[in-house]
Formats: sequence, structure tokens, C-alpha cells
Amino acid sequence: MAVASNKPAAQPAVVRSISAEHGAEVPDFSREQELRALRQMLLIRRFEEKAGQLYGMGLIGGFCHLYIGQEAVVVGMQMAIKEGDEVITGYRDHGHMLACGMDPKGVMAELTGRRGGYSKGKGGSMHMFSVEKGFFGGHGIVGAQVPLGTGLAFANRYRGNDNVSLTYFGDGAANQGQVYESFNMAKLWKLPVIYVIENNQYGMGTSVARASATTNLASRGRSHDIPGEQVDGMDVRAVKAAADEAVKWCRDGNGPMILEMLTYRYRGHSMSDPAKYRSKEEVDKVRTEHDPIEQVRSRLLKKGFANEDALKKIDAEVRAIVNEAAEFATNDAEPDPAELFTDVYK
Amino acid sequence: MPIQVLMPALSPTMEKGNLAKWHKKEGDAVKSGDVIAEIETDKATMEVEAVDEGTLGKILVPEGTNDVAVNTPIAMILAEGEDAAALKDGKAARKITDPAVRERVEESEPRVEETKAVVAPPAVPSPPEPTEALEPDVPEGTAMVTMTVREALRDAMAEEMRRDKDVFVMGEEVAEYQGAYKVTQGLLQEFGAMRVIDTPITEHGFTGLGIGAAFAGLKPIVEFMTFNFAMQAMDQLINSAAKTHYMSGGQIGASVVFRGPNGPAARVAAQHSQDFTAWYSHIPGLKVIAPYTAADAKGLLKSAIRDPNPVIFLENEILYGQSFPVPKLDDHLVPIGKARLARSGNDVTIVSWSMGMTYALKAADELAKDNISAEVIDLRTLKPMDTATIVASVKKTGRVVTVEEGWRQSGVGAEIAASVTEQAFDWLDAPITRVTGKDVPMPYAANLEKLALPSVAEVIAAAKAVCYR
Repeated sequence: MAVASNKPAAQPAVVRSISAEHGAEVPDFSREQELRALRQMLLIRRFEEKAGQLYGMGLIGGFCHLYIGQEAVVVGMQMAIKEGDEVITGYRDHGHMLACGMDPKGVMAELTGRRGGYSKGKGGSMHMFSVEKGFFGGHGIVGAQVPLGTGLAFANRYRGNDNVSLTYFGDGAANQGQVYESFNMAKLWKLPVIYVIENNQYGMGTSVARASATTNLASRGRSHDIPGEQVDGMDVRAVKAAADEAVKWCRDGNGPMILEMLTYRYRGHSMSDPAKYRSKEEVDKVRTEHDPIEQVRSRLLKKGFANEDALKKIDAEVRAIVNEAAEFATNDAEPDPAELFTDVYK
Repeated sequence: MPIQVLMPALSPTMEKGNLAKWHKKEGDAVKSGDVIAEIETDKATMEVEAVDEGTLGKILVPEGTNDVAVNTPIAMILAEGEDAAALKDGKAARKITDPAVRERVEESEPRVEETKAVVAPPAVPSPPEPTEALEPDVPEGTAMVTMTVREALRDAMAEEMRRDKDVFVMGEEVAEYQGAYKVTQGLLQEFGAMRVIDTPITEHGFTGLGIGAAFAGLKPIVEFMTFNFAMQAMDQLINSAAKTHYMSGGQIGASVVFRGPNGPAARVAAQHSQDFTAWYSHIPGLKVIAPYTAADAKGLLKSAIRDPNPVIFLENEILYGQSFPVPKLDDHLVPIGKARLARSGNDVTIVSWSMGMTYALKAADELAKDNISAEVIDLRTLKPMDTATIVASVKKTGRVVTVEEGWRQSGVGAEIAASVTEQAFDWLDAPITRVTGKDVPMPYAANLEKLALPSVAEVIAAAKAVCYR
């Protein structure tokens, strides 16, 4: 378990820092794993594209943060955990919910503020939960989920089970004070929590290098003796491999671990962000050279695990699921006005 | 001339203590810095060091004496060259008003910053003996035991922890130190370190951690050493604890109690002396409790721990040491959201809670001497507020005075006034009048502090004014 070295900052790092370091060591996926990853990532991407479309039509309101480009992170992590493990994240959360197995209809209906949404239409994009699927939100305040996820891990330790809490946050949240308060307690009490830092290179419009005195976020646990590792977050196999290692570390009672996922969001911070702070070339380069879905697709073809027709069929199936979700979310009724006053207290 | 050694105040709110032990005998030489005695307060055992040099001439209070009032002369020190005959004058020229005192801890190194003795009397009045309270929560004929608010709170936690293994306590100094205010005394010994957890000084973090544990179904009791420090955790309290049940459409709740002392303390100035009751009572999704009596402290804390919602449980440092009768029941529960009629009356309704009750009840005693019969309502719970009890009383008396230590603007009194105006306007015979803390940061100086707080005199004046007397 290597503690990340504190190397000088990788520039808008995704392009350079990713595959160079880890590419060679990444273990291969089986056919079944590749297909599962493809299906999951496609579902997220198509879902998010649809959400963007519905937002443009005025059917989704408020803030809407899309996960497009980062799919390999949550899908790879999810492939390494078991039932009973908890997942918690910030506001860019649609991908996490779908990866946890939540019903796309319920997620989309929450985005449109309908009664069939996971929070009965009262939470919206940033605040959805499914205890049944182990998903604890969906939190709108940058960094707030970090102590909460540490608390989920605390509960695991209190109960003496071997469950692990996956606590996701972004490169922006990595500068919040409560993150370090959490690191301290997690290490002090050896809590089974994996801090998954989704470094998509920009906290809203500010690049990591402009916001962080040290840009190797995997090393941010060093002062608390928490091991960390930088991972190519665009390669689902690399994510899964790192996650396997981290999950074992936690289940074995060693306390927390940090995984910094080097990833990239193709869209703006939210639907209303024109993303003028980065060049089109930068985005295009990642899309053409590192797209997490294309990587899987080309491996499937190259290894003869699937042909074009089979992949088209998967694509069509995923589109059908997403269309069904959108259909449901646009036709479902708004919440009953009486719901205004329910659920304030239990 | 001999120097008088006075019983030191070892905390801002200490009024008396026990003289546990003399380390020097009469006739012993005393150097500055020598430990001369041990004093027990309800919070800790402290060592008293000599400040002056000389000979311990006379011990005025023998060891083993309990309840020695602060500032009582406990010994005389003879300066060099003086002999015992000087003691016979009976008068001491100099009083030691600032003996150096340090807390005695088991460990070799001190764990808290040195406690400076403050001998000024507390600016806040001590509560009167509780009046014969109507106790609708308790079956008739229940035996009562006298205990302090501090003990009642501890017993409430211990009982609930015995009852439910998902209940645990966390906070700064709650375990090995036995509680900064000794409210968690003995819990570590009974329940062990897994359930009584010392946290780092990291309010934002451990509040969020507690809420996360509650999301997972545990029932944390999170102690804030004082609610002043909960300001560091405000985002977690409001955005995570209070709102998640609603935002999740009822899927995830946080059954968690945040407790600790709130409100003005004595002589600690603006950052450590303030009342947050109104702040929390503004937030949908939180329940807010602020008991006055030990019986209510116990019964409401037990109810709060069982409640599936986040509860802000506001205690009061000055009340911790006050004793009240507490029902001797296996399971004394007081319902959340129900006010207590502390005193019946016909002429004016005084509404208060927590420390405010000390002003309200004393004022009611004084008003009775002027033939003004005050009804005193102890709200106990601020959210949800038992407005019905207030309104019923107003329909009887036609007059309302609210008493709180919090600031005036947007205070709880303002909320009560608005509710009464909406619901009982036609019964009012006088404007609703608020007695509150003054709208200033709490000053340090004793006289200014006294002025900043509400007073019994202000409550009496307000009650007389609304009675047109």
C-alpha cells in the first residue's frame, strides 16, 4: 500500500498523469466485467444526456450537475464493493445513484420534481437517497458529506460488521476544513472509509492548480498517516483494481484510505456553466484519447468479446431504459400539495 | 499583619465547595507555590497554592468541612516576623483574593489550561428554591428524590444507554475527563470506550460524524462543551441534521441529541456567553428543548434520546449544580412539546424556560407581596412550542410578560408575542412585554454583565406595568 508521492503538479492533469503511471499494471477485465462496466457507464452517460435535454426544455429546474466523463470512477468502485457497504457523495450524484442500482425512473422523476421521485419531489438533483441500495445521498454543501460518510464508517465499526463506507468528494471539497477533521477521526479510530476524491480538475471554474497549494490530492492524508493513491479515473479497470485493494485494506481493519481519481467532466460545472475557463482543445483531447466508455468499447471489439452489432444492441437497450425514465418523469404527477408539510419530522 | 486566605472560586459559577484536605498544619512554613489545601467542587478536586510566604498561623476551616462559601476566610498566614499574637487582633489587613489554583489531575501533565480563580460573586442570581410545582407528568403519590440537574442529566443518559445499545455519547472530554462540566461522570466506567467517546476538538467534523452515524441508524448523544462551539458545526446541524428527513422524502432521519450548556455563563465575555435558543427554534426539522428543573432535565433528555428526530437540548451551566425534586420512577419521561405550569395565578402570565425561570419565579414571589398573582409557565420545549398553554393562560390573565436571556430582536419572546397576538388578541388587556438580554455582545465587567442580563427587577417592573400598577 504505497503512500502517494508528492510529485510536482500534473498540469490540467488528466491527459498526462493518468495512463502514463498506471496503464501498464492494470489487470484485465473478463468479458463479463467489460460488458457490465460498459452497460453501467452507458446508462449513466445516456441518462445524463437526457437530463441535460430535459433541463433545456425547462422540465428540470435549479442546479443540475452532470457526471458525463467521470463514469468509470463510480462504476469501477461499485464493482469492488458488496451489499451492506455504503455510498455517499456530493451534488454531482446521478451517476452514483444509477451505479448503486437505484431505479432510473425514480431518479429522473426526482429531477423533474415529481411524486414518483426518490424524495417524493422534495429533494431534487442534489438530495436523493436510497437506504435500500446503500446510497446515503446526495449532499448539496461542498464537503459536508465527508464527515457524514465518516459517520457511516463509524457505525460499521460500532456494530462490528465489515462494511465499508465509500465517501466521494471532489477536488474542490478537498480544501474544506471538515475533510481534515474527518481524516483525523477516521485514522484515530481506524474507521473503514475510503475517501474517493474525484479530481475532475476544476472546482466549478477554478483549476486545481489555482486552488490547491499541493495538487497531489492523494497525499492529503499524509499528515494523518492515511495512505493514498492516484488512479487513472478514466480507466474502469484501474479504478476497480485500486478499489479492490482499498476495500481489502479497510475490511482488514486498517482504517481509512484515500483514492484520488484523476478524471474529467466534459460538461460545465452545472447546466448554467459555459465552461469558458478551459479550452475546447483540452476537452476534445480527453474525449478522443481517454473516454472511459470508448476504452471499454474498443477493448471489447479488439479482444473479440463482442462485435459492433452486440454493442449497438446494448446501446439500444440502455436508450430504452433512459427513454422510459424520461417518459415517466415527464408524465408523473407533481407532489400532492399536502406533501408540503409531511416529512419535516419523523 | 496576618494575611487571610479565602475560599477561592474555582470556576466562574462556583458558589461553594468542600475543604477536602489541608496539606499544611498550623505552624508549617509556607512558600509561594506550595500546595496548602485541596478543594472539591462539584466539578473537580483542585489544589490551592499559596501566593504569599510565611507561616500557616491558623486554620479557620478544618478539613472535611462541606459547603464552604466562596470568599470565606479559611486560614491565616503570618508574615515573616509576625507571631501568633498577631492573630488575636482578629482582623486581617490583607486578603488574598487571587490565590493561584491549579486543577489536580491523575496524569502527570495538566490537561486543561490553568484555572484562574475568580472570586467575584456570580453576576447571575442563583435560582430560588423551586416552588411547589404542578407535575402533571408524574402519577400522584410518586416518591421524590433530590438531585442536581447535572445528576439528572447523567442518569437520563445512563438509563437510555442501558436500555438501547445503539445509544452512545461523544464529545470533547466526555469520557476520561468525566465531562468538562461533569455531566457524563461515570459513564465511561459503566459503558466503556466504545460507547463513551472522547473526540478531538473538532466540532464541525464530529457533528457531521454523529449525524452520519445517525443516518446509519445509531442514536448518538453529541455533547458540545458549550453551545458557543456548536457555531463551528452550524452547517451540519442545519443542512444535514435538520433537513435530511424532508429532503429524502422521509427515508432517512437523524435520531441524534445535541446537548450541552447554552446561554450566558458568568464572567466569560461575549464569545462564551450567549443564548442560541431563538436561532435553533427557527429551523424546521429540529426540536429544541431547554429545561429548568432536574425532573424536566431528566425526563426530557430521555424523551429526546428516544425521539427519531434531531433534538437540540439546551442546558444551562448555572443550573447544573441546582437541586430539585425528581420523581423516583424506573422510567421518568416528560413529553416533548408540552409546557409546565410552574405557578398558578390570575393577574399576569409570565412565560419563560431554562435559566429565565429563576428570574420569573423570584419575580412572582415578590409580586405576590404586592398582591399581584402571577402565573408562571415553564415552556421547557421551544420547538414545537406549546402555544396552547400560553394562550389558555392569557385568556385567564389578559397579560403576558416573556423572560429570556437571549437577545431581544427576533428572540423567542417576539415569537410568543406574535402567537398570542394572533390567537388571543381579544383577551389582551395590555401590550405583551418582553424582558430579554440586552442587544449587546456580553461584556466582561461584572457591573456591565449584570446590566446586559435580564433581572428580577425588570420582570417585576414589566409585570406591574402590564397590570397598570
